[in-house]
Amino acid sequence: MKNTHDYRLICGMEIHAELKTKSKMFCGCKNDPFHAPAPNTYTCPVCLGMPGGTPVANKTAVDWTIKLGLALGCKINLFSKFDRKNYFYPDLPKGYQISQYDIPFCVDGVVQTSEGPVRIRRIHLEEDTGKLLHTTVAGEKVTLIDFNRSGVPLIEIVTEPDIRTPSQAKEYGRKLRQIIRYLDIADADMEQGGMRLEANISLAPAKADELPKYKVEVKNINSFRFVEQAITYEMKRHAEILSGGGTPEQETRGWNPNTGKTFSQRAKEEAEDYRYFPDPDLPPIRLKKQALQRLKAELPELPDMIVSRWHTTYQVEPRFGELLNTTREQASWIDEIFLAAAKEGISANSLASAIVNRKIKTQVGDKPKDVLATYYAAFATEKIDASELDRAIEKVFAANPDAVAKYKAGDQKVIGFFIGQVIREIGRKADANEVRQALIAALK
Amino acid sequence: MKTKTSAAKLTLKQTLSLLKSGELSLNELYQDVDEAVEISNKKLNIYLTLADDARKRADKALKDKTPWLGVPIAVKDNICTKDLRTTASSTVLENFVPQFDATVSKRLKEAGGVVYGKTNLDAWAHGSSTETSQFGRTLNPRNPEHLPGGSSGGSAAAVAADMCIAAIGTETAGSIRQPAAWCGVVGLKPTYGRVSRFGIAAMASSTDSPGPLTKTTEDATIVLYHLSGRDPLEATTGQQEVPDFTKALEKGVKGLRVGYLYHDIEGLEKVNPYIEAALRVLEDMGAEVESAKAMDPHHAISVYTIVQRGEVSSNLARYDGIRYGHGRDMFGDEAKRRIMLGTYTLSKGYADQYYNTAQKVRTLFRKDFQRLFERYDILVSATSPGYAKKVGATEGSAMFGELEDMLLEPSSITGLPGISIPCYRDPNTNLFLGMNIVAPMWREDLVIQTAHAYEMHTEWNSWRNNK
Amino acid sequence: MAKKVSTAQVKHIANLANIPITTREQQELAAAFSETLAVVDNLLKIDIKNIEPTHQVNDLENVLREDKVDEERMFSQEEALANAARTHEGYFVVPRVIDEN
Repeated sequence: MKNTHDYRLICGMEIHAELKTKSKMFCGCKNDPFHAPAPNTYTCPVCLGMPGGTPVANKTAVDWTIKLGLALGCKINLFSKFDRKNYFYPDLPKGYQISQYDIPFCVDGVVQTSEGPVRIRRIHLEEDTGKLLHTTVAGEKVTLIDFNRSGVPLIEIVTEPDIRTPSQAKEYGRKLRQIIRYLDIADADMEQGGMRLEANISLAPAKADELPKYKVEVKNINSFRFVEQAITYEMKRHAEILSGGGTPEQETRGWNPNTGKTFSQRAKEEAEDYRYFPDPDLPPIRLKKQALQRLKAELPELPDMIVSRWHTTYQVEPRFGELLNTTREQASWIDEIFLAAAKEGISANSLASAIVNRKIKTQVGDKPKDVLATYYAAFATEKIDASELDRAIEKVFAANPDAVAKYKAGDQKVIGFFIGQVIREIGRKADANEVRQALIAALK
Repeated sequence: MKTKTSAAKLTLKQTLSLLKSGELSLNELYQDVDEAVEISNKKLNIYLTLADDARKRADKALKDKTPWLGVPIAVKDNICTKDLRTTASSTVLENFVPQFDATVSKRLKEAGGVVYGKTNLDAWAHGSSTETSQFGRTLNPRNPEHLPGGSSGGSAAAVAADMCIAAIGTETAGSIRQPAAWCGVVGLKPTYGRVSRFGIAAMASSTDSPGPLTKTTEDATIVLYHLSGRDPLEATTGQQEVPDFTKALEKGVKGLRVGYLYHDIEGLEKVNPYIEAALRVLEDMGAEVESAKAMDPHHAISVYTIVQRGEVSSNLARYDGIRYGHGRDMFGDEAKRRIMLGTYTLSKGYADQYYNTAQKVRTLFRKDFQRLFERYDILVSATSPGYAKKVGATEGSAMFGELEDMLLEPSSITGLPGISIPCYRDPNTNLFLGMNIVAPMWREDLVIQTAHAYEMHTEWNSWRNNK
Repeated sequence: MAKKVSTAQVKHIANLANIPITTREQQELAAAFSETLAVVDNLLKIDIKNIEPTHQVNDLENVLREDKVDEERMFSQEEALANAARTHEGYFVVPRVIDEN
């Protein structure tokens, strides 16, 4: 029986994130679907698909999409446009989604992971659909529709099939979300569907170069852990089918977190044909070089840059840097602490280690002064006057004559016992090393 | 006081001046218009819906001293009017009452115009006859055995029948100018982007242009002025300042270089003599007229047919019966044909040979007009290859409208402004011919100055004539 | 260009277009397709090499709106639902679109 080791994973991801602009993508309706007081209260002729509800694109949403592209090292298409993607579903009020087809705003970027780079194929801007609720009303199975989310700006980030392990998929997703949050362009809340994950999964023979002839999409996954689990599950499933001489069916699947299994959502129905064409309601967008420069200048310092700056400036090991840099708020708080520590001559790396390993209790927002005091209290030593040290040593020796005898008989281990006793006798943070030296001298 | 003729027969310009001076009251005006509607609407099927608050709104507009003082305006029924049923002449929308105004409706109301009623059209504006209306065809008030043209046939007929003071229509390719010609009224299709499309059931978004249908060119300039201008709700509206078009009225045509188009196209033999007579009038007034050669309009039919049906298939996708209206099974045959053909020409494997090819040929048409406008200030042709067709003429022809609108489609797919004005009346049938005048982008002033000069020097405008 | 359109193709297109059609309509539409396609066939003869397509006739670019909420244009729930065939507690209602699991 073959297993997954005989195959290698070929996986790309498509991630959708709702931008947190004030208004929707193509109309002035409020963009806050998760906090709307009631269904269908944030709509207008445009996002409800009324006759003649013409769209006008949100400038901020366009800027933010390009910023993300710049943050991921993408090439930015100076000429871009919106296209109509035509299909029917009750949550799509116009019968088409305004999206971008052949000229997305951003192409060819990369996200670094510990397991290697994941190349970004494209980032495009589109609009979200309404929300469907499947329920039963008066004994009848129905679907309820709320269009508060209809027309919310949505970015789609598509990778090349560079992901090689389930854990890399998880890491990629987390990194991307972190970058999006640093840019402050989306809440990327997974629970509420503000960020949605999709993995395209196939297996190729481990040794052969050929690419697989099929692809399974697992859609609408709402956690990074689940994406890892779903890919792991699919790898096993595909390996079984492949080793039996079959080919997994090209299809869309869903993930059931309760059973820990994927399930078939839609067997290959009629081939999709979205009949894309440039939206005649929306003039194209031509970016000027200066506008691009301005957006570049507005980019905040990104997570990887912060980690390497801490490393060069404060000699903080990247493994600590990464853990202290999970949100922008945390990073700028840590920055203040490192600065304060440097002024007092405290090692930023020791401090970082102490915080990461929870040797000292802190939380984002604590005053640097207080954090340093806590650190001192936990770790720092005080200079002990030599005569005070001598007095303490004498006292300890007097109280433990048999231990002194043991040492003199050659039992060196007793020194540890003495150090503890002396420090306790002094009652303050004495430097253990100094105490050791003084003890050795006294015992000669 | 009762004037010699019905107040409904007044032009917009006359109505405004009489209302202002107090020589005419809104009561008299509305009585006469109501009477005309009562007498003929059932037979001609012009209005699908009448606003029951028109009179009340008129009083307010007069009291507020608005520019239009409450005059009754007919509005094509593909234009959304708040709280007033809007059907696009399709049973899909037979019960649809918009909760918002199209920008055109809003501007009309702000100017003090009153939406008197909603006029019939070819369903979804698909056609050139009003015969595809799912609420029955409209008949031509000039001769009820004939069609009014379309798709703004109801609006053209409302003007011709004096059932309003002025009307608003929409043109995608001929839908204002062709019915204007057939009904013997003035129809002005503005530059694409001059008038907002917001709130108008989209047909072909890249060519749809709302505009006036009126009794005179002067009236058209008044209406156009108030409808025009950048709309923050509609991204394809131009940023250009809206000029005071009335300034163009008195400019005359002296020294104007006129190119005469399409006279060599097969099938125009009957109308050519009348267009040429009209050109002689312009010449007499000092214009320099020359025969000009343009790209074959048959190609414009092809471009338009492909682009328009492609856009239609997408624009009509929103009518799914969930949020408003009935389901997609209610579409009439013509809409079904267009949706289907557009879907086909945009589908995988076909988009390139149809849609993309058509958009490239469209570029060639733009270049052709650029070349022509280097030599001419305006271009003139017949509006339609003939008089209004008889009732039933469209049956069994999938391409009726396109062949009918052939002379207008080149300027439509390129977004140029144009006007059709009456240039002959057949005394036996009482049917009219129209002359089409086209100018460069944003130069409505040129078509207005030419049309007005012609109108003032000829007898073909029935309202000027009655004066 | 394809001159003849089969009824099978028409059926496929009807599916894409979400238009319910009868068998009789299939045949009629196939005929109407052929008539229309015959007319537009003349485009084939035109040289379009190196010609850019026109999607926008008035050459506008970069028409964008500021990111501002426009309360005035927003519908109340009542207005949003005013023309709906069926509603339930503020939602639009359609027959169940998927059978879960």
